[in-house]
Amino acid sequence: MKATRGIDYSSPIGDEVAHTTCYMCACRCGIKVHLKDSQLRYIEGNRDHPVNRGVLCAKGSAGIMNVLSPARLRKPLKRVGERGAGEFEEIEWEEALSIITERLANIRATDAKRFVFFTGRDQSQSLTGYFAQMFGSLNFAAHGGFCTVNMAAAGLYSVGGAFWEFGEPDWDYAKIFLLIGVAEDHDSNPIKLGLGKLKERGAKIIAVNPVRTGYGAIADEFIGITPGTDGLFVLALVHCLLDSGQIDTEFLVRYTNAHYLVIDAPGTAEHGLFARDESGAPLCLDRADGALKPASTIGADPVLLGSVTLLDGRAACPAFAILAERYLTPDCAPEAVAARCGIPAETIRRVAAELAEVAFNQPVTLNVPWTDTSGRRHETMQGRPVAMHAMRGISAHSNGFQTCRAIHMLQMLLGAVDTPGSWRYKSPYPKPIPAGPPPCGKTHLENGALAGSPLGFPRGPEDLLVDEAGEALRLDRAFSWDAPLGVHGLMHMAIAEAHAQDRYPIDTLMIYMANVAWNSAMNPGDAMRLLTDKNPDGSYRIPFFILADAFFSETVPYADIVLPDTTYLERYDCISLLDRPIGSAHGPADAIRIPVLKPDRDVRPFQDVLIDLAGRLKLPNFADAEGKPLYSSYADYMVRHQRKPGVGPLAGFRGADGDAIGKGEVNPDQLDRYIANGSFWRHHLPEDQLYYKHANQAYLQTAKAMGLIDCDTQITLQIYSETLQKFRLAAQGHGAHQPPERLRARLEKVMDPLPIWYEPVEATMVSREEYPLHALTQRPMAMYHSWGSQNAWLRQILSENRLYLNHETAAALGIADEDWVVVESRNGALTCQARLMEGVNPNTVWTWNAIGKRSGAWTLDKQAPEAERGFLLNHIISEYLPPDANGHRASNSDPITGQAAWFDLTVRVRKATDAEAGATFPHHEPLRAPFRVENPEHLQFGAKLETR
Amino acid sequence: MKPASSVLLLTTLTGFGYGLLAWLAVFALCGGLPDSRWFLPVAVVVALAFAGAGLVASMLHLGRPERAWRAFSQWRSSWLSREGVASLVTFPPALGFAVLWWLQGPDSAVAIILGLIAGALGLVTVFCTSMIYASLKPIRQWHNPHTAPDYMLFALFSGAVLLALLLAAWTGKASMAALVALAAAIIAGIAKLAYWRFIDAQPPLATLASATGLKEYGEVRPLDAPHFTENYVLREMGYRIARKHAAKLRRFVVFAAFLLPAVLAALAALGAAPLAASLVAALFTALGLFTERWLFFAEATHVSTLYYGR
Amino acid sequence: MTSLPQPAPNAKKLGLVIDLDTCVGCHACAVNCKEWNTGGHSAPLPDHQPYGEEPDGVWFNRIHSFEAGCGSSSKTVNFPRSCLHCENPQCVTVCPTGASYKREEDGIVLVNADICIGCKLCSWACPYGAREFDELAGVMKKCTLCIDRIYNETLPEAEREPACVATCPSRARHFGDFNDPESKVSKLVAARGGVDLMPELGYKPVNKYLPPRKASIPTKPQEQGGGTGNALLRLLDKVLSR
Ligand SMILES: Nc1nc2c(c(=O)[nH]1)N[C@H]1C(S)=C(S)[C@@H](COP(=O)(O)OP(=O)(O)OC[C@H]3O[C@@H](n4cnc5c(=O)[nH]c(N)nc54)[C@H](O)[C@@H]3O)O[C@H]1N2
Ligand SMILES: Nc1nc2c(c(=O)[nH]1)N[C@H]1C(S)=C(S)[C@@H](COP(=O)(O)OP(=O)(O)OC[C@H]3O[C@@H](n4cnc5c(=O)[nH]c(N)nc54)[C@H](O)[C@@H]3O)O[C@H]1N2
Ligand code: SF4
Ligand code: SF4
Ligand code: SF4
Ligand code: SF4
Ligand code: SF4
Ligand SMILES: [Mo]
Repeated sequence: MKATRGIDYSSPIGDEVAHTTCYMCACRCGIKVHLKDSQLRYIEGNRDHPVNRGVLCAKGSAGIMNVLSPARLRKPLKRVGERGAGEFEEIEWEEALSIITERLANIRATDAKRFVFFTGRDQSQSLTGYFAQMFGSLNFAAHGGFCTVNMAAAGLYSVGGAFWEFGEPDWDYAKIFLLIGVAEDHDSNPIKLGLGKLKERGAKIIAVNPVRTGYGAIADEFIGITPGTDGLFVLALVHCLLDSGQIDTEFLVRYTNAHYLVIDAPGTAEHGLFARDESGAPLCLDRADGALKPASTIGADPVLLGSVTLLDGRAACPAFAILAERYLTPDCAPEAVAARCGIPAETIRRVAAELAEVAFNQPVTLNVPWTDTSGRRHETMQGRPVAMHAMRGISAHSNGFQTCRAIHMLQMLLGAVDTPGSWRYKSPYPKPIPAGPPPCGKTHLENGALAGSPLGFPRGPEDLLVDEAGEALRLDRAFSWDAPLGVHGLMHMAIAEAHAQDRYPIDTLMIYMANVAWNSAMNPGDAMRLLTDKNPDGSYRIPFFILADAFFSETVPYADIVLPDTTYLERYDCISLLDRPIGSAHGPADAIRIPVLKPDRDVRPFQDVLIDLAGRLKLPNFADAEGKPLYSSYADYMVRHQRKPGVGPLAGFRGADGDAIGKGEVNPDQLDRYIANGSFWRHHLPEDQLYYKHANQAYLQTAKAMGLIDCDTQITLQIYSETLQKFRLAAQGHGAHQPPERLRARLEKVMDPLPIWYEPVEATMVSREEYPLHALTQRPMAMYHSWGSQNAWLRQILSENRLYLNHETAAALGIADEDWVVVESRNGALTCQARLMEGVNPNTVWTWNAIGKRSGAWTLDKQAPEAERGFLLNHIISEYLPPDANGHRASNSDPITGQAAWFDLTVRVRKATDAEAGATFPHHEPLRAPFRVENPEHLQFGAKLETR
Repeated sequence: MKPASSVLLLTTLTGFGYGLLAWLAVFALCGGLPDSRWFLPVAVVVALAFAGAGLVASMLHLGRPERAWRAFSQWRSSWLSREGVASLVTFPPALGFAVLWWLQGPDSAVAIILGLIAGALGLVTVFCTSMIYASLKPIRQWHNPHTAPDYMLFALFSGAVLLALLLAAWTGKASMAALVALAAAIIAGIAKLAYWRFIDAQPPLATLASATGLKEYGEVRPLDAPHFTENYVLREMGYRIARKHAAKLRRFVVFAAFLLPAVLAALAALGAAPLAASLVAALFTALGLFTERWLFFAEATHVSTLYYGR
Repeated sequence: MTSLPQPAPNAKKLGLVIDLDTCVGCHACAVNCKEWNTGGHSAPLPDHQPYGEEPDGVWFNRIHSFEAGCGSSSKTVNFPRSCLHCENPQCVTVCPTGASYKREEDGIVLVNADICIGCKLCSWACPYGAREFDELAGVMKKCTLCIDRIYNETLPEAEREPACVATCPSRARHFGDFNDPESKVSKLVAARGGVDLMPELGYKPVNKYLPPRKASIPTKPQEQGGGTGNALLRLLDKVLSR
């Protein structure tokens, strides 16, 4: 019977399998790619991989359809028509490269900063950044500025790690988990695996989010907060904990700067800075002997409250005292913030009580002895099983930096940083605070290279990249008074600033892996207009635009030269510890991608192209003394490049015999070793190094030995940020470096050394009555930004999007399910369809991100639902705030980090008239692909050949 | 449910054909047929042509018509299989009926016995067809005590109308068959009205809450479907007709399938232009019953579409 | 055989447990199912207008999301839906050809695409909308419970589970033998009160769904301050008694 029913139970999946790293999103899961007759058959998770342990998300499972997408670019393109018209001519690589080389060589020889290089969703920022540095242009940045830089910065300046990709909850021991403003995250699969673990153990998950979908759906408690008010909520939690005295003072004095004495001399240049001894060491007051001593003195029992008179007679008080006084005020009480947050005061009090209950009455104790950096041996590791994770729900608001600091403060007060059950650092974090050298941009070496990396960590106003007038040196104004801690740059401002030319004109804009004329444009209409705008002489205002993309995205038609990249299964890639690593709390890890397929088109991996260009330009460290290229390819670079002696892109299998980890000589067989190991490397930290990494002697020594950090002293967590106070002092008129007048007041307000909440900036400039609703986007789990729609499988899941409204809100507006509605903001209007739901804050409307497509893009049918009924909220956002009294338009960003404030948007919604209904608006001219499109009517992927 | 024309044709045409066959046997038994060697064979051929056309139409519904023969294998459990078997086994006795009649004349007992067997098998076929629908638990408008009797009634009704037409065409006179058609139209019409009353009052089979096992959590509403565009299940089972539209069509059915044919059958029975009256009656019966069958599908809701909020 | 088999006394009853308390609605299981099966036993799972106006295709597993209840007690529930491998499945008994069948040895409901005539009746008989018609091949297809994985001897033992189970990132899906009271699925169903979908129809689905639950943390009443001064005193206390 079995035979007649033709079941073949046991045929092998394929005849070949390759282990590599997924790149259907930035999560970097390990995959096994099965091939049959050299064709793709099946992609599955690699069960041995530290990131995903065998699971694969929807996107990863659809990788085959991306690799076979008809929207793949095929050959280098040179624009022949007007920009935006999409008229191109296919050219040979040699021609493309020589055009670019000539242009860039010229720029480098004259004024290197006129070359502007921004990279988006790529994972090779340590290469691209190094290229810019060697080229000598400070105008380099990666996508973090429009993504989550304020949280990365807040974390790095507070705890030496960050939620972003630098930390994770202790899924094995946490008993309560606060998930704040997360829909999907870079940690896509790890979070899901973690949530599954929490569920298995019955831990409580609390989702703080205006919208209840996805992760929020499985939360045990959903707190439907009003957007932009998390800071208030968190500070109210802090209020409650302080009020009931439920804080971990032991943790505070051991691991944070809560006991550091802060000078209390209002009006002076030292006010709010730490009192220090002659050697510069911050002081504390030991209550055992009443003496002032270095805060790090072993055995000291520092006071946390009260006031002290310093030897010079000035007053000072412990940072904690300022903190306690500030957050104990009734302004911070739940009752005072409940209405604004849309959360009942009792709920806030209960959540605070639950956090305290778990932290202090249900601690986790592991019988693992360890030694701290002061040499004290601890017999156990005791932890506060309160874990938190936050992402763009915090970061995409202009108050996100301080809100994120508030969350880190809450963690510190609970003693819940890198302890069993709490949030933990992912190796190579923690890093010292600040995490690295300041940004470089003013000084060039003789060879034309910048003296250091264009991105870095300012320690104070002296490290800003500004001219004498205090105006920005960088095109995007990162590291200027507009965005002092803009540690990832402001990619969302690149096109606008390149067009504005209010400081200097640029020459060439090179964009890699970002759809800057569409979904990463804060306003795509503007971006397209600026990219096509011309000078009176008929030349383009932005003279030259190079785009490296793999697909026919909305941005392609605007480029002058298009460099077609491979897909992720056709190239080497490097997920490096120098970059955005895949380490976990269990230890550092990195990975590679390997070419599994040979491209069937005339495309080249962009990294190879960049290294080729660097060689042609004879950039330092890319070419030898004779000007001969040092590296033949990216794979070659991955193995042989050394950033510091012994430290290269890959940390595993170093040294002549491949046994060295972290640091070691170049190993010519390194890639083979990676491949044999499933294309990744990981180091398991021993038990005694798994927690308290910021003060764990063994861990810090290991990390130093591996080259992860330069110094193995304790990393003191900065509950009070002296760095921010320095900027505030400057704003108050102290010091040699002064902000421009227009920014003084705002800097004085926001650069607070203790976490504060302020109204999202846009809300202070836009009438609440006119635009009463917050408008948000969420990441759909099965789609990656704009590049998912070309995927034949994924687009069946989300081929359109709706504007979701609360039932009651909709009822009040007379809007029914599926009605066409008009959404208006200060920046314009769009038309789309409504969908009603229960689980959304009544003051909030939202939609899925990046589903709306420009007609014709991605080689979809011109009438594709993505273009007809899908819409992009970005059309009513803007990269600029409304003009201030002086007509100046500031960037629509977090004033501290320059993080794009996507979610500050407020709107009003009305039912569309019959004339408006029927198709989404705005609807731009359909695009025409620069190659012949032959979309099949049907797909029968996997069909058995013998049955056809 | 999607009213696929192939299935609508199958069920209506086999009704006409096998209904006619059944009446031919009865009329033959009662001696109610014209005393002609030719009438019955022609009528049987007409009946089989209707049934055959229906069966051919149904083949068009198949994804793999060339494998249709396989459908005869599962008569032990499947009503569709039984329908197939019954419809085929009806043919030999029906042909025998016609041939013997032709050879031996109206007095042939064997012919009449074969006729009765064929007529019964024809009705069994209709019954099997009806049970295909009546047995489908996920569709409350079908899975009820009305479906099978209704199918039988409609077959007998349409068969009678067809017989009346054939007799009128053959003889040009009023016939008993017209009276039978009149009675059948009234009974079938009442049955249809009763059916509608029944399905209109019937509670839904399940709720989204029971379909998802979430009864304890209150009313369950769909938020997002797995996809935006229609899929097979929705195309096949998600067809919905607006109430207003359905009401209009119901009125049309009552008029075209039952009222008008009844009046025309009465006229024919009274001898008022029997041929014209029977012809128009037959045409309207066909149109009406086709519409009735369309509604039978269009008004049927499949419980699986609950998941899509339909 | 289209008639339902009498399961042997020691036959397995294989199926899935889907944990609605853990499913985040990520569609991973759906896409991985598609990916596996489009080249597997039921290959291919075709797609229509893959880049066109009305993209659509054959999927054995589809993820819905629902909202239940109103106000603060309301819930969002993600809901994967695939064949439940019913014990009393009418999709099998209606099949005129025997193409649709339930296996004696493990209860898996399958379609033999070599004899299916594409009459679609089985899809009408399935209350769960679990059958998918391949319009190009003209035959019915459906979840195979990954028959070509779970018994596949070319796979390591640990990987012999359905694709959707192997890939589910939040581990909301479990596979096993419901006839074995010691199996993980049986235990989960017992411990968590696994439910049948639409039990009133009498199909006796084998797959079970675990309902959402709600963890809570009981707390003692909190001391609550009378103004900043008192609280500071209390804090002082706390700080002093460190
Ligand atoms: N309204 C709103 N807008 C947002 C956000 C939001 O939440 N709401 N989020 C923002 C955030 S955080 C981000 S990170 C941005 C993301 O926005 P983008 O950086 O624009 O991201 P993608 O849409 O993924 O575009 C990446 C580009 O890379 C191309 N690409 C894909 N694979 C490859 C490859 O292998 N090689 C090359 N060279 N190119 C490739 C794609 O074709 C596409 O053109 O969006 C931002 N925009
Ligand atoms: N599948 C998929 N995965 C992705 C991406 C993708 O495009 N698709 N993109 C990747 C990228 S580049 C990034 S940056 C990450 C981002 O990952 P997430 O941080 O998950 O980003 P968003 O989807 O923007 O989710 C923001 C969440 O914050 C909520 N929110 C908005 N405003 C507020 C607020 O004021 N307070 C609170 N508490 N919540 C708020 C929104 O409702 C939403 O649930 O995801 C990465 N992973
Ligand atoms: S989360 Fe999904 S898409 Fe992202 S890397 Fe992992 S498997 Fe690939
Ligand atoms: S779920 Fe549907 S297809 Fe699956 S066995 Fe049950 S009735 Fe048959
Ligand atoms: S479609 Fe195929 S499997 Fe379904 S009932 Fe018809 S013959 Fe059987
Ligand atoms: S068991 Fe296999 S065929 Fe069935 S839903 Fe899961 S992956 Fe798909
Ligand atoms: S993979 Fe798991 S979590 Fe995702 S939709 Fe499927 S069952 Fe739910
Ligand atoms: Mo991002």
